[in-house]
Amino acid sequence: MNISIPVVASLIILGLLGIGLYALLAVRNLIKIIIALQIMVKGVLVAFILAGRLQGDMATAQSMALVVIVADTIVAVVGLALAVQIRRHTGKLDTTALTTLRR
Amino acid sequence: MWHILIMAGILLCAIMAIRTKRLLVSAIWLAGCSALVALFLFLLGAPEIAVVELSVGAGLVTVLFVFAINIAGDEVLPSHPVISRPLAWAVIAVSALLVGWLLVPGVNVAVPGLPESQLSSTLWQARSLDMFLIGILIFAGALAMLGLLADGKKESVES
Repeated sequence: MNISIPVVASLIILGLLGIGLYALLAVRNLIKIIIALQIMVKGVLVAFILAGRLQGDMATAQSMALVVIVADTIVAVVGLALAVQIRRHTGKLDTTALTTLRR
Repeated sequence: MWHILIMAGILLCAIMAIRTKRLLVSAIWLAGCSALVALFLFLLGAPEIAVVELSVGAGLVTVLFVFAINIAGDEVLPSHPVISRPLAWAVIAVSALLVGWLLVPGVNVAVPGLPESQLSSTLWQARSLDMFLIGILIFAGALAMLGLLADGKKESVES
């Protein structure tokens, strides 16, 4: 079986984005939502590098991917800090328990 | 052949990170996913980013997750989704079609040889604004870490 690298990379991008999006829509745990975001961003990273490879401009793709990695890490830190504070104040990590609006 | 095995490993780790009930195990699967993504990035011809992804994605972020889970507790929630599963699958199918539509023209393009990587000159000269942004982001991350630790310190002083 001979599958080219761009095809494999495209399948990885589609898979990671799909798994992350499904988790974002279906999961209720705050920390798992951050994990889902991390999974989606890994798909975006592969997409950046694949685009750079196909365009022959790896330096720009790598510099943009570096910014994405740093931003993703900061998003994880801020999200985890929020999750910990919410857990301390409400005692739960469930997103559906956070609303104060009556149904 | 190696690429397909790595792809299978990445997708398996991602699925297990979502499906596993315990958060700590989930974080470990995510670290495995990061490590395999780093390996794939290396094979794609981006060794610098692969090293950063391996150290930050599989190292630092995993430590942060374990730290936060230890503080917040490993809460297992019932598996009732926020929205109905058919609707979630429909959204994913539409998104996959759109992304696939963007990807298909690029897949058939012949891959050029690996270009000479000049990351340092591009990063420090052509994209110096990005470095400024990274500095601000790191500062924001340090503030968020203080927020992560602040109340715990207060509680320990009160007790």
